[in-house]
Formats: sequence, C-alpha cells, structure tokens
Amino acid sequence: MEKRLFVRGNEAVCLGAIEAGCRHYFGYPITPQNDIPEFMSRELPRIDGVFIQAESEIAAINMVMGAAATGNRAMTSSSSPGISLKMEAISFMACMELPCLIVNISRSGPGLGGIDASQGDYFQAVKAGGHGGYHILVLAPSSIQEMYDLTMLAFDLSEIYRIPAMILGDAVVGQMKEPLIPHPRPDTELPEKTWALRGKGDGEQRIIKSLYLGDGELEAQNWKLHSKYQALKDNETRWEEFETATASLLVTAFGSAARIAKTAVMMAREEGLKVGLLRPITLFPFPAEAYAAATQQCKKVLDIELNTGQMLEDVKLSVTRDTDVFFYGRPSGTGSLPTPEELLEQIRRHCS
Amino acid sequence: MRYDLFISGFGGQGALLAGTVLSYAAIVEGKNVSYLPSYGPEKRGGAAMCTVVITDGDVGSPVIGKPSAAIFLNQISLDKYGSKIKPGGICIINSSLVDSTAFNRPDVETILVPMNDIAMQLGDPRIANMVALGAYASKSGAIEITSFEAALKEALPERNHKFIPANILAIEAGFKLGRGSSSLAAPEVIAQN
Amino acid sequence: MQQVFKRPLSLKDVQTHFCPGCHHGTVHRMVAKALDEYDLQKRTIGVASIGCSVFLYSYFDIDVIESPHGRAPAVATGVKRAKPDSFVFTYQGDGDLAAIGTGEIIHAANRGENISVIFVNNTTYGMTGGQMAPTTLLGQRTSTSPYGRSLENEGAPIRVTELLTNLEGVSFAARVAVNNAKNLMDAKKQIKKAFRYQVEKKGFSFVEVLAACPTNWGMTPIKANERVGTELSDYFKLGVFKNVANL
Repeated sequence: MEKRLFVRGNEAVCLGAIEAGCRHYFGYPITPQNDIPEFMSRELPRIDGVFIQAESEIAAINMVMGAAATGNRAMTSSSSPGISLKMEAISFMACMELPCLIVNISRSGPGLGGIDASQGDYFQAVKAGGHGGYHILVLAPSSIQEMYDLTMLAFDLSEIYRIPAMILGDAVVGQMKEPLIPHPRPDTELPEKTWALRGKGDGEQRIIKSLYLGDGELEAQNWKLHSKYQALKDNETRWEEFETATASLLVTAFGSAARIAKTAVMMAREEGLKVGLLRPITLFPFPAEAYAAATQQCKKVLDIELNTGQMLEDVKLSVTRDTDVFFYGRPSGTGSLPTPEELLEQIRRHCS
Repeated sequence: MRYDLFISGFGGQGALLAGTVLSYAAIVEGKNVSYLPSYGPEKRGGAAMCTVVITDGDVGSPVIGKPSAAIFLNQISLDKYGSKIKPGGICIINSSLVDSTAFNRPDVETILVPMNDIAMQLGDPRIANMVALGAYASKSGAIEITSFEAALKEALPERNHKFIPANILAIEAGFKLGRGSSSLAAPEVIAQN
Repeated sequence: MQQVFKRPLSLKDVQTHFCPGCHHGTVHRMVAKALDEYDLQKRTIGVASIGCSVFLYSYFDIDVIESPHGRAPAVATGVKRAKPDSFVFTYQGDGDLAAIGTGEIIHAANRGENISVIFVNNTTYGMTGGQMAPTTLLGQRTSTSPYGRSLENEGAPIRVTELLTNLEGVSFAARVAVNNAKNLMDAKKQIKKAFRYQVEKKGFSFVEVLAACPTNWGMTPIKANERVGTELSDYFKLGVFKNVANL
C-alpha cells in the first residue's frame, strides 16, 4: 500500500503547492488558515524558496503579483475578510492575465464573522469579487486529497489559461485531517511564458499592465478575457456524481457541505429513497452541463449550502426548464454546521 | 464497519491528541479516517472537541450529528453534548472530574472511567486521555489495541517518544476497564487491577 | 563631429504626454541615464505606479509592470525576490507613495529590500486634477483644499525622506530638486548613487525629487520652477540623509 500521510487540509495545500513547483509565498496571519503561512515559513527556506509575512493582505497579494509577473509560480492564502482586502489586486491580475494561486479558507461573515466553516464567499469568488466584471478559476475541494490534487491542478490551469486561480475551502476542509497519498505533479504540457518579465535583454520590451487607454483597446481586452472564460466553460468543468443515474431527487452541494450531504444521501438510499448527489468541483467554470444532463430525467433538485443561497442562482440557470429547485441553507455561526441527519430530514421531505 | 467518536473536553486535556492517536491507529490498520477538530479561540482552557470517523469505505460526512460513541473529559462537555449520543451508543465519562448523577440516558451504555485517577496512579496526569482511548477501543471494537503503539509513534514528535510506554500503559488500563466494566467502576476497583 | 548630447539608450524616441514645465520628463531622463551608466537596461524591471507616471512603459525601453495605486513597493518586492538578478526600481508620486501606499513603502524600506525607489514630490495629485496630497504645503490651495491646507484639519505635510531615514532597513536616502542646473547635477548624482546601492546589493535606496506641477499649481513653468527652489525647498530640505556605505 502507498504511504499515506495524515495531514490537515491546510497542510495538504502547502504540500500540493510545493510539489507543483511553487517557491514563492506571501501572506498575512488570519484564522483559520494560519497553518498555511506557518508551514510555508518553515518549508520554503529549506528549498531555496521565498516566504514573506507581508505587512498587510494588500501587500501580500501585490507581492504575488510581482513574483507572478516574472513567470514564477506564486501564491497567497487568507480567509474571507483578508480576501476582501486583496480584491483590487485580483482584479488587476485578472486583467493582466497573470497566473497565481489564492487560497481562501473562508470563514463566516459578513464583516468580521467567525472562524467556523462557511460558504458565504461563493458570490465573491465566482462572480468577480473585485471591480470590473472578471472571473477567476475557482476550485472547491471537499477532501484532504483534493486539497492537494486541486492545488496542483489550479497552478497548471492558471498558467494554461493565464488566469488567477482560487482554492475555496473552509475550516472543515482546512483543519480536518485525512489520509493523503502524495504523488508527483502531473506531467501537464504548459505554454511557454512569452509574457513574463525577465529584463528585456536583447529582445522586445515586455509590459504587464491593466491600463488600456487607446481607442477600443479595453473593449478588445474585455472580449479577449470573455473568450477565455468561454474556453474554460467548454473545457475545464469538473464535478462528481454519486447515484445520480436513478435519482428522482438530485441533491447538490459543494466543498464541505457536499461531504455532509453525501452521507445524508447514503442514509436516504438505505431507506430506499431514490436520491443522488451532484458536487461541482469547479465553481468557475460552473458545470452547467452536468445539471442540464441530470435534470433531463430527474425533475427535483435540492441545493444545500452553508449560506442563504448563492450557488443556488447558478443551479437554477443550469437545470432544465421544468425542474423544481429547492434550497436548504445554514449560514454558519458557532456550532451551526448541519448534520447528516438534518439533511436526511430535508431529503425525506422532498421525496414524499 | 463504520465507527464514529466524539471527544470533548477543556483545551489541554488532550481531547485533540486522543482523536489524532485514534486516527493514526485507523491508518495503521489500513482504514479510511477523518478527524475534524474544533476549538475555542483560547490556546488553553477553552473548549476542545473533535470528531473521528473510521470506516473501510467512504468516510462521507466528517460532521456527525448523533455520534455512536462519545468521550466526555469534563463536566461542561457532558452537560452540553450528552444528549447527542445516538440511542444504543456508548458514553465514556471521566468520572474523576465529572458528576454524572444528573445524566439520564438509559438508552446508551454509560461507562464511568476515573481517567485522571488512573493516570495519576500510572504516574502522569497527562495520559488521562489515553485511558479514555483504551476504554473506547475495548467497548467499540473499532481499533485493535495493538495498533496504538505504531499510532503513537506517528502522532507524537520524536522527542516525545520516550512517553510512549506510559501512554500504552494508560491505554491498556482503559482497555481492561472497558472490557470488564460494570458501569459503576470506582477508583478503588481500578487500584486493584 | 563629436556628439555631446543624446537620448539615453533606456528611453524611447517618443514625445511624452507631460504638461509644459512638468518635471517628470526631466526625472525620467535622469533615471534612464543612470540605468545606462550601469548598463542595466537589459536586466531592469521597472514598477510603474498610479498617477502621471503610470506611462513609464511608454517612455522607458525596459520591461515594466504597472502596479495598483500605492502598491509599487510590494510589487517590486515580489519581482525582486522572485528574480534577484534583475534590477528593480519603482517610480511613484506623492499621492501614490505618501498617502495610499504608506504601508507598502514603510515596510519594503524596513525589510531592506534591495530595490530603488524614485519618489517624485510635486505636492499634489497631478493626474486626477490637482487635489491635496499628503505633501501639500500648509496654506496651499488645491481643488480639495480650496481654503488652503490647514494644520487643524489636514495636519502638516509629511517629510517622507526623514521618516524613512529612521528605518534600519534603509541604506540610502536623499532629497533632491530639479529646478536649476546645480540641483540637476546633484539629482543626477544621487539617483546614480541610489542605483549603485542596488547594483552592489547594499540594500534599500530612496531618492525624493522635488518637482513642479505648473498646471495644477496654476503657475507658469518659470514661477513653478521658482516655487520648487523656495517654498518647497524651505519645508523639504535638500540633502543626503543616509548613506550607510559611504558610496
């Protein structure tokens, strides 16, 4: 049997990032993601990497911008209020088409919120948290293995599409420990970084910017970004299906909520209820086609989130027209994670 | 088989370490496991809880609403979470610190373990959590007692490996007590073991 | 015939968008000249900021990244740490560096990042139309201090060079002006010295340049030039404040 590590999700992200070749981390302390800067501050200096605890969330993400501009893999991590502070720079990087990784081990909100698991940042993550109307790649792991695997995938896709990437987790997937099977980074073919700043040498000047003042330039840049988003939608959607083929009720949830929902679906199946689970892994691009396909037959969908209904909007846009979409939400606060039994009760209601 | 355990106490009592050691023991046995901690903002003295799920198959939810077994290391934990145990489940109470006279759950199997007293007798008050683990292992059958030594080696940093024998003694004491226990084991009874 | 004056290699052969009498063009030329002196053009990554100097890449023939408002020292930190063999400088105005970017400049300086910062202080937000800056002098009228900057309401103007001089991480700090031939010669010298600090890996170097903004000051270029030598130089004293390696 392969060697299995027993690590928390935050550490799995670090292991994945280092395996993916990331040697530049810039961050700022905030709970519940402190394991990440702590791990990186210990490990990166040992492998000739760079770790800086920045003076602010804003400085941290701008350091990421600088390092990423040189073509190096760079990352930061934070939690919800800290991610809000980074939004200006993320908008810049979206326009500059700079690859990088931002990890949001989100907490509840709005405002200061609490450190409990929450999915209140869905809108912020997938609907352009900053100004200007852009998208970034958003991946939502639901296990410690996925915290590792999707971190590596995020770096690769980020480079292939020249787009900032985000891992959207919470205290459950960040602080939970599970066995992890480490493996070498996938041998993905990556495009040459013809845009990276190196000093012009004998070549042409390279500029990384987001200011396009010439007639029609900014419009053209927006359409270019738009076509990139379309390409992501066409090629990079990922999701997991569990018992969907025979389902007459489709439960859907992402990240930590999907873990709880899966057990509820298993319990419902034991009771003979025809229930399945659809778990989006990419939140942007959203796997709309999976919902469209699943709701050809199954006409009832129950969306479960740790908020008051955010992914719900994307689910509604993705299902077939005559599908009824129901919602069960638990915006988080101390001790308010839903239990499998609680979700089972919701499933029963919609199966009767 | 699928097992789940909820451990709750004050920060510093070792609730989280007990959960970690149990998780490593499950890994030693090649099982799947999830360990979900939660704690208050304080480093010491605040609430510290964890949930461990052990299974041969898919762990599914790391969050358990009604645990099939629970270990309560302090009074507040029992008072607050005692009602959550699944009917037919196992409730292991640290009778050294917890008054369970008001705990009324005839539908669960309650085991009173004077964890701190036993730990003191073994010479180290810090291993009370391991006594609890031993009791859980024997009551639930979730883990072979022989898996704990390897688990401790993984869970503890090298510099603390010298404490492993004491930890094993504590696990064994808990294990014996769990196997032979009536629910009214008193410290004197333990002393004779 | 011997050529006695030519465009620095690091500058492009283009016209600038700067207003008549603006000193940015002068400072650009000095920076380019210093890059040429140390043969840095090919390995330089410039960090532009937000304000009139945002178009750095239009005038300098070097690799450039344009940073968000005030963040240039953080962006430069990322660039330099990821690519230590590159030459990295930021070029920032007073609104960018001394207001919205206060945190970034203080901490980049305090870490002793091996970068160089050119800080152009013309006591106003130029690009946005002459609003009050942290360096606006007391009594100075701007579009957001129409009655003149007051000590009670806005506090006194910030002397950034003096502030940074107190930080352990700063190796070189100087304030220069570009209003007359003598000052121009000295400015050129100090900018060169600042770059030499980075080339020799001797730590954080900083040059504040007192400059004119005739348009937003509502003055003729000549009057504006005079103001740099009088009002500005009276409050913001010229000189080398720190030179730890005695270069």
